[in-house]
Amino acid sequence: MRHRLAPYLLVLPGGLWLLLFFVVPMVTMLSLSLQEGDVVNGYVLTGHWQTYVDAITNYRVQLVRSLIYGAITTVLLIVAAFPVAYFIAFYGRRRKATLLFLLLLPFFVSFVLRTISWRYILTDEGILLGPLKDAGLLADSFHILGTPVAVILGLVYNFLPFMVLPIYVALERIDPRVVEAARDLYASPLVAFRRVVFPLALPGVFAGVLMTFVPASSDYVNSAVLGSSSTTMIGQVIQSQYLVSSNYPTASALSFTLMAVLLIGVFAYARALGTEDVMKVAAR
Amino acid sequence: MSDTAAIELVGVHKDFLSHGDTVQAVKPTDLAVGQGEFFSLLGPSGCGKTTTMRMIAGFEEPSGGTVFLDGNDVTGVAPHKRDVNMVFQSYALFPHLTAYQNVAFGLERKKVAKDEIRRRVGEMLEIVSLTGMEKRSPREMSGGQQQRVALARALVNGPRALLLDEPLGALDLKLRQQMQIELKRIQREVGITFVYVTHDQGEALTMSDRIAVMEGGRIDQLGTPREIYEKPATRFVAGFIGTSNLLDGSVDSISGGVALLVFAPEEKVLVPVPPSVTDGTKLEISVRPEKIDLSRDAPAAADCSVLTGTVREVVYHGTSTNYTVRTSAGADLVVFDQNAYSAEDLAGPGDRVYLTWSPQHSYPIGVRP
Repeated sequence: MRHRLAPYLLVLPGGLWLLLFFVVPMVTMLSLSLQEGDVVNGYVLTGHWQTYVDAITNYRVQLVRSLIYGAITTVLLIVAAFPVAYFIAFYGRRRKATLLFLLLLPFFVSFVLRTISWRYILTDEGILLGPLKDAGLLADSFHILGTPVAVILGLVYNFLPFMVLPIYVALERIDPRVVEAARDLYASPLVAFRRVVFPLALPGVFAGVLMTFVPASSDYVNSAVLGSSSTTMIGQVIQSQYLVSSNYPTASALSFTLMAVLLIGVFAYARALGTEDVMKVAAR
Repeated sequence: MSDTAAIELVGVHKDFLSHGDTVQAVKPTDLAVGQGEFFSLLGPSGCGKTTTMRMIAGFEEPSGGTVFLDGNDVTGVAPHKRDVNMVFQSYALFPHLTAYQNVAFGLERKKVAKDEIRRRVGEMLEIVSLTGMEKRSPREMSGGQQQRVALARALVNGPRALLLDEPLGALDLKLRQQMQIELKRIQREVGITFVYVTHDQGEALTMSDRIAVMEGGRIDQLGTPREIYEKPATRFVAGFIGTSNLLDGSVDSISGGVALLVFAPEEKVLVPVPPSVTDGTKLEISVRPEKIDLSRDAPAAADCSVLTGTVREVVYHGTSTNYTVRTSAGADLVVFDQNAYSAEDLAGPGDRVYLTWSPQHSYPIGVRP
């Protein structure tokens, strides 16, 4: 009898934790999104679905924008992270640990602080644009701060390690002799990469996309610090609905909508890519 | 065999830089492998055999010298442009492709027509007895089956030569012996030159037409399995191939091309020697354990080598019994006695015995002709 119970007992601590800090808030939030009222007079559960309709109608632009920013960020991350991961995995040799540490080093500084320091780099007369403008290479009216470019730049910067690490792990697991075998079988370096290295790294890319697209789409710091009113993302809207307007039902409804959209997106992505094949390679 | 060697190395060497010192992994080496030959590079790990093979495949560039394939200089040519294929030690199959796709990989790169690929892959899978396994992924196959896929993947391209890097190393003994026979059969069937890298002397002796025994970055001896076993050129070769008994001594007299070395009254070794050997020459003589007769009685024949000694150890091996004898000449000699006739041991530990063998079974190591 004890043996039968053992696995469940092992699940208990983590299970309770999840129940307390995941399931309970989720249920509370779902209930909040269907309530009516205000902070002063209190909220009553009325099953008011109209909140969802209104929230989506009012903030459709920010929602779509967030998904677009998230998608662009993810694509740029793959492009930026793959060479880094490739270099560390295949040319890092004895410096691998050092290189990985350098990659993670910025994380010892707060997320917000790092994003704020990008302001100094991107500001109109800052270290990047200032000299270029003085030299007459850029018009005085040119600016990056407050544009989508600045926000996406910030997102790419902040999430880079989350894309590099899973790709690195996947590349690291590739037997160099498999690549040699491809070269031996008449594949040029480029073809060997395309037909062997990249397919074998796909599980890493897949994991990287999951780890970056979801948080990047719901991020509210980068747009707040580097963007403007024209780059407002859904995360900012939710934050201000909760903390500024105290409009809990709308904030909850938006949160749920965002979650649903991301879940659908991720599942569609997994289906399209054929998770099974990806996982097969990962499990080898 | 045609005139042009399938593979020829001329003065090829490979230097590595290690802690500021230059280390020659392969010392300047000349080597010619004939068309359709089963050629083995045999030696312990670190002897340079794998590096030599990788220079043929193009994965390592020689520090000096020239590599010829079919008479064409291919030094500096990238691996994918060389018409040789390799079977890797751990097979290195593409884990994301099926058995069929693995085998078809090379032909696809060469832009062979789809129908042609299907035909040739099918044929090759039949040769390696894997028909019906086309859709399996390497993960779903046994070690022996993966080994065959690796072989088929290389052979299907019809390369000038096939390079095999310890291909049977990961298999268990039974399967390894089976694959040895299989490899030899396949090689005969396809008629392609095989260059086989191994540290297993049994494997090399069984399969090869010729063997190059390597040690410390150079070839100690190059010859047929028989030559290498019967007439080892160096002490290393004698020790590395099979069990060898070595005797040191100096020549007392020579008559009719046979040197006589006397160790004690009635104890002598006879060995055929070339004319360069004269009275007083120091010799190192190799005798294979299965050539020696062990007896408790004094031998009758006078024209053979005779030594006496004390049995130190008797080990029963099923097909033979192995005796270790401490001779009065100083050396420990090992004797293999076939268990064909007697079920009893010829002698036990501590017994005084006579060891005899014919003059032609002694071989002087490292003597210039």
